Amino acid sequence: MAVQDSPHVADVALDLAPAKPVTNTTAKPVHRLPVQIDWPTWAIVTTQAGILVGIIGLWEAAATTSVIDAFFWSQPSAIWHTLKIFFTTGDAWTDISFTFRSTIFGFLLGTAAGSLLGLSFWWSRNYAAIVQPYIICLESIPKLALAPLIILVFGIGLGSKVAVATALTLVVSTLTAYAGVKALDPDGEKLFYSLGATRWQVFRKLVVPFCLPWIISVLRVNIGLALTGAIVGEFIASQHGLGRAILYAGQTYDIALVWVAVLVLSTLAIIMYAAVSWLESLLRKGTRQ
Amino acid sequence: MHASSTDGTATPKVELRNVNLRYFSLEGETEALRDTSFSIAPGEFVAIIGQSGCGKSTLLSLISGILKPTDGAVLVDGKLVNGPSRKVGYMLQQDYLFEWRTILENAVLGAEIQGANMTTAREHAKQLLTKYGLGQFLHHLPRQLSGGMRQRVALARTLCTEPEIVLLDEPFAALDSQTRIALADEVTEILRREGKTAILVTHDIGEAISMSERVIVLSRRPGRVKSEHSIRFATSDGLRPNPFSARSAPEFNGYFNALWKELEVHVEG
Ligand SMILES: Nc1ncnc2c1ncn2[C@@H]1O[C@H](COP(=O)(O)OP(=O)(O)OP(=O)(O)O)[C@@H](O)[C@H]1O
Ligand SMILES: [Mg+2]
Repeated sequence: MAVQDSPHVADVALDLAPAKPVTNTTAKPVHRLPVQIDWPTWAIVTTQAGILVGIIGLWEAAATTSVIDAFFWSQPSAIWHTLKIFFTTGDAWTDISFTFRSTIFGFLLGTAAGSLLGLSFWWSRNYAAIVQPYIICLESIPKLALAPLIILVFGIGLGSKVAVATALTLVVSTLTAYAGVKALDPDGEKLFYSLGATRWQVFRKLVVPFCLPWIISVLRVNIGLALTGAIVGEFIASQHGLGRAILYAGQTYDIALVWVAVLVLSTLAIIMYAAVSWLESLLRKGTRQ
Repeated sequence: MHASSTDGTATPKVELRNVNLRYFSLEGETEALRDTSFSIAPGEFVAIIGQSGCGKSTLLSLISGILKPTDGAVLVDGKLVNGPSRKVGYMLQQDYLFEWRTILENAVLGAEIQGANMTTAREHAKQLLTKYGLGQFLHHLPRQLSGGMRQRVALARTLCTEPEIVLLDEPFAALDSQTRIALADEVTEILRREGKTAILVTHDIGEAISMSERVIVLSRRPGRVKSEHSIRFATSDGLRPNPFSARSAPEFNGYFNALWKELEVHVEG
């Protein structure tokens, strides 16, 4: 019996022996693929609202107990009060409309002109080679630095704000549309010509639809840039607009009004961004990308 | 072995007379074709083989009229080619279906460019696509189709404008070998039945032998006609076998070895 048992015992010993170092090395934890349980939307939204209310509450409390200086930081109740005044007896709608128009016109003009310029490089390689360094130059200049000059040339009205917004969006659109043109396959053009197409037909039926996804992809970037351009234009010299309201309120230490204008501006930005995103998805569906 | 199929009596459908073609660029000029001459009879199916870069695609571009020869003459139906014409349909190596167009819209591209009656063109394209087994995909997008199906759409686009001459530039190169052989059968069948004159450029010797009646071998760049080989199969009914059965015909290997040698000579010198 004892003889029969011995190998069995030995087996156990063998099993145990390597088990020890294994338990020692588990000091470094290993991880499985992490499994995250997604919260339902309502839980996310409630938490987000909670955080917002918390921040506003803390701010208000800190201001009333003078933990922070309400003169510099203002406080939610005062901001709310100013907001109501801004929309009832103030210039809210004039300012919103002014900034909105500068942004939209600048966005449309810059995007359209830029895309056309970028597409036009398809027409001739020499022309593209000649113009390209200028575009790169324009791209690298901080366009906002030119804003004072633009205001001088275009005056302090809407035109100068549109011009700054256009300057910001134009170059981005040009370069993106040109990237599309460069991605064109020469054999695709060969096919068109072999079917007897004119250059204009190739442009309309091949180059434009091919580059559309590129053009569409910058719309959202451009609406943000156009708004920045419009605001900076208003900062420099303007009689209307949310940018001007912010600057004016800051200079007169009306901090509550600064917050109100920033709030309205952000809302405007979000609405325009959402509208452009919607337009983009619509266009993508239209062009089947 | 060096047989010419032009009988001299009828006007050839396509004729090249001492064609030279040089590409000019800043780096210098590239002589793609030098003194190339051959002719192709109406309804003939000719394959052109040759090393990569020997000017095969250039040759097709010349016949299609999108390139002008530096010297010499390209004639279709005895008339000098001076630009793309409706008589010639060009099918490229890649299918070039455009993603922003449905299958049907892709197929009628030629008609649209040529300003033809679109209602008739659509009807015709639908007929062709249905014939090629794509009837259910008329309103699909190219990316929803397999490689073989896309090539069939490209064929429909080429044939929709009713060309008399069809140029095929390695039309099956992007396909897997099974689809290739099956599609080669279909395409040959379609082109034969409709009596088209066809010129097929390929790297695949087997494809050239099985599909065509004559194989033209081009020399290394600058391309010239190195030799021509008539491909004949003895069949019981006297008709040409389809490409698939041609591959197992007793004559196939002989042709294959002969053409293989021709091409190998180029590699060595
Ligand atoms: N647009 C062009 N400009 C300059 N050189 C060119 C141009 N197109 C072709 N070539 C040159 O001409 C030669 C013949 O080109 P082609 O495309 O006709 O060759 P190919 O026989 O079709 O080659 P492959 O089998 O690889 O398709 C090549 O050496 C190529 O580099
Ligand atoms: Mg080629």
